[in-house]
Amino acid sequence: MSDGKRVLLIEDEPNIIEAVRFILSRDGWRVSTHSDGADAVDAVRARAPDLVILDVMLPDRSGYDILADLRADDAMKELPVLVLTARGQQKDRDLALRLGATEFMVKPFSNQALLEAVRLIAAPSTGAPQ
Amino acid sequence: MPLNLVVVSAIAYVALLFAVAFWAEGAARRGRARWLRGPLIYTLSLSIYCTAWTFYGAVGTAARTGLEFVTIYLGPTLVMVGWWALLRKIVRIGQVQRITSIADMISSRYGKSTALGGLVTAMAVVGTAPYIALQLQSVTLSFAALAGPAQASLNDTALIVAIGLAVFTILFGTRNLDVNERHNGIVTAIALEAVVKLVALMAVGAFVVWGIAGGPSQTFELIEAAPIATWELQPGRWLGLTMLSAAAFLCLPRMFQVMVVENSDERHLATASWAFPSYLFALSLFVVPIAAVGLQVMPAGSNPDLFVLTIPLAQEQDALAMLAFLGGFSSATSMVIVACIALATMMSNHVIVPLWLAMREQGATVSGDVRHVVIGARRASIVGLLALGYVYYRFTGGGAFLASIGLISFCGVAQILPVLLGGIFWRGATRIGAGAGLILGFAVWTWTLFLPSFGDGVAVSAATMAEGPMGFGWLRPHALFGISGLDPLLHAFFWSMSLNTLAFIAGSLLSKATAIERVQGAAMVNVFRFGSGARGWTPATVEAEDLLMMAQRILGGREAQRLFRAEAVAQGKRGFLPDVTPDFLTHLERQLAGSVGAATAHAMVGQITGGLVVSVEELMRVADETAQIMEYSARLEAQSEELSRTAAQLREANEKLTALSIQKDAFLSQISHELRTPMTSIRSFSEILRDGGDMTPEQRSRFSGVIHDEAQRLTRLLDDLLDLGVLENGQVSLRLETVPLSGIIDRSLSASGAVTRMAVARDPAREQVFIETDPDRLSQVFINLIGNAVKYCQAPDPRLDIRVRHAGAGLDIDFVDNGAGIPRESQEVIFEKFARVGDPDAAGGAGLGLAICREIVHRLGGTISYLPGQDGAAFRVHVPLRQNLSAGLAAQ
Repeated sequence: MSDGKRVLLIEDEPNIIEAVRFILSRDGWRVSTHSDGADAVDAVRARAPDLVILDVMLPDRSGYDILADLRADDAMKELPVLVLTARGQQKDRDLALRLGATEFMVKPFSNQALLEAVRLIAAPSTGAPQ
Repeated sequence: MPLNLVVVSAIAYVALLFAVAFWAEGAARRGRARWLRGPLIYTLSLSIYCTAWTFYGAVGTAARTGLEFVTIYLGPTLVMVGWWALLRKIVRIGQVQRITSIADMISSRYGKSTALGGLVTAMAVVGTAPYIALQLQSVTLSFAALAGPAQASLNDTALIVAIGLAVFTILFGTRNLDVNERHNGIVTAIALEAVVKLVALMAVGAFVVWGIAGGPSQTFELIEAAPIATWELQPGRWLGLTMLSAAAFLCLPRMFQVMVVENSDERHLATASWAFPSYLFALSLFVVPIAAVGLQVMPAGSNPDLFVLTIPLAQEQDALAMLAFLGGFSSATSMVIVACIALATMMSNHVIVPLWLAMREQGATVSGDVRHVVIGARRASIVGLLALGYVYYRFTGGGAFLASIGLISFCGVAQILPVLLGGIFWRGATRIGAGAGLILGFAVWTWTLFLPSFGDGVAVSAATMAEGPMGFGWLRPHALFGISGLDPLLHAFFWSMSLNTLAFIAGSLLSKATAIERVQGAAMVNVFRFGSGARGWTPATVEAEDLLMMAQRILGGREAQRLFRAEAVAQGKRGFLPDVTPDFLTHLERQLAGSVGAATAHAMVGQITGGLVVSVEELMRVADETAQIMEYSARLEAQSEELSRTAAQLREANEKLTALSIQKDAFLSQISHELRTPMTSIRSFSEILRDGGDMTPEQRSRFSGVIHDEAQRLTRLLDDLLDLGVLENGQVSLRLETVPLSGIIDRSLSASGAVTRMAVARDPAREQVFIETDPDRLSQVFINLIGNAVKYCQAPDPRLDIRVRHAGAGLDIDFVDNGAGIPRESQEVIFEKFARVGDPDAAGGAGLGLAICREIVHRLGGTISYLPGQDGAAFRVHVPLRQNLSAGLAAQ
């Protein structure tokens, strides 16, 4: 389980927010959400989560730009970021990983796969997922 | 006659030709003197068929072999009178396919094959060199006859004439030659030369008949008495020579140039079909009298090839002799000029430029240096051709009879005939077959006729002639397969044409045509049935706006809008945007082809309509055509700016295509996003429900509610997509009724649930107006607009004003809310599919609603627009009170 680690979900679709929140909360994560692109970086900085799940097509600002800003900040360079997007082409995956995404997942996702990915990247040093 | 006088006369005559060409060019450019493009000039220009060989040589032939010279006129006459439908087909194909030369014709027919183009060019060059030698010889001999042989050595004279002709042709032919248009200057000068030829020959003839013989009856007596009268006809040779000259008439590059490339109107052929044979008849009228009288009055051993000149000289008729000289000079120069221009075009288009393009890694990029390459190539070709002619002249020692040189040439170019006829009458003809036929025929011609023509032991050793190469007797040049005793010319003609045709047919039957060959084959064989080759379009998902944007880039804004508006009017629609029908696409493609070439236009239209994956062949053709476009433009020395404009247009068109491709990607990516988002919720929540676990009943019912809502959202999106597709393809049928506007607004308000969520202000009095429309479709538009207000108006006390007023022959219905409105920069794009604001990665698409609204309102004959400067978001729908009947029909 997650030992109460904190996840910040940056996503603008209310129903998807609800689904992810439900899945992760049940697994023991503390989930907070942010649905606006413009001040997403500030939100991450302020809440200092253990892990970020980032949508790409957000109002006002692209998730890629947010990711780039996060990686440019020394404090958040190592922060695990899971890019979760409806844009599933190979070039999107390449771009996300080049910009420093820790993991890339395409919507729609299987709940189990999302959980496993989140567990894996949140605890990279402890080895295998539980 | 003093040499200086002859030289000055020749130069003065050339200056006159220049002046005429210059004047005609100018007059044509200013649109005056329309007769310059009429059938008369066209017919006269065909007379380049009659070169110095016919002018001088016909009399020589008559003096040696009697009436045999008639065959040379008989062939073309038979073609013009008996088979002018064939000429019309060739001319039509030339116009439709924008053919620039006979090499281009063959290459186009057989799949734009560079190799075939090069092969035909090579054959034409080798076949024409003897002919140019012939002209050099005739001018040289006539010069010597007029000025006296002591004045200069014959070889020097030939060299000077060759250089002079090269300079003259370069000045004349690469100055303002442009395959896109008609070369009125050159053609007019040639027509003048045709008149000079005819007048000169008839003047000499009249002088001979009435001045020397003393009248027609005495002339007939002289002819009876002359040895000419006793020569017998040889049916085989007659038949062979007639066929040969008919074949050459069709295949000579210079004939193709004047007959097809320079043809401005197919109907000129109808005139030429009787006028040109008449010209030939007039030209041949006095040949026998001149020959007979010449044999009578000239000293024994005189060269009968020069009787036209030497009879007046011997009779001390210097003026007449000068006229005869100019007539012969005209024949020689006009042939050399046109032949060099035609061959230079072929050499640069099919040999030099392809090689040059192949050597450059970048391929066909448009740049200024192409012009220099093409012009340089053309000039070098002209010099090379004349040098070749001169070398041939020196090799054969100028000894052969004029006529026999001409026939050698004829036989060489006649090898193109099977492939040409096969190409336009037989769809099964293939590139492999054409190549095989051409190569074999040309090889046989070279071996049996061309090489031996250099004289015994020059190119082919005497031993080989007698015993065959390396002792193979059946390969003896004049007795192929052991059939000896034939006249060498007929022997060569028979074997080369037979083997050529056989190889062509066999090769075509055994090989498979590529797709592009089949397309071109069908287009040429059925040119009258299909017009431009009928590569039709099926309307895929294509926006008239996209096409208009592309057309504007290429045709220019005004011309493109005129074209689109005319089509829209023809379809009974308003504005600039017609329905994209297959006919319209074909029409548009043809218009674009006029600017950027057919293949490029096809590829562009194909790219936009998405109805075509551009194949490698298409790209090759585009490159091919681009090269040709560059080359055409390059020739316009006076219009070099146009080249850079064309280049810029091509670049822009290319950028435009790239941009459109990006747009399409963005659209697909957007659709993918719009579909995946609801699917994500559905999958996630259904997995949650499936896996069970801790869940309150409230959660359970809420999650199924989400699944239900998202499934509906998906359905709506798909419905919208299909609806838009149907609307855009014009497949929608309107159900027109005359109903009160208020009823439609009532329906829309209740369907959108606006009344319970915002204050709605209406204008009941003005809504009491009956309009003829499709109420369901119009209410779909209203529901969409009202729904947007409900969804997006964030004001604390949301309010919607619906205002109605008469405007022209229709109604304006405005929907104005008191929300934040739409930012200025987005107002222009909101009616686009999935129009979004700012960052392409940002979400928040308005979906398809407004795009659908726009399509519907257009179908209803109205417009929809965003009204800036109101309190909040404001949309205006303009619909006509009554449906225009034709618009209604068009929409159905």
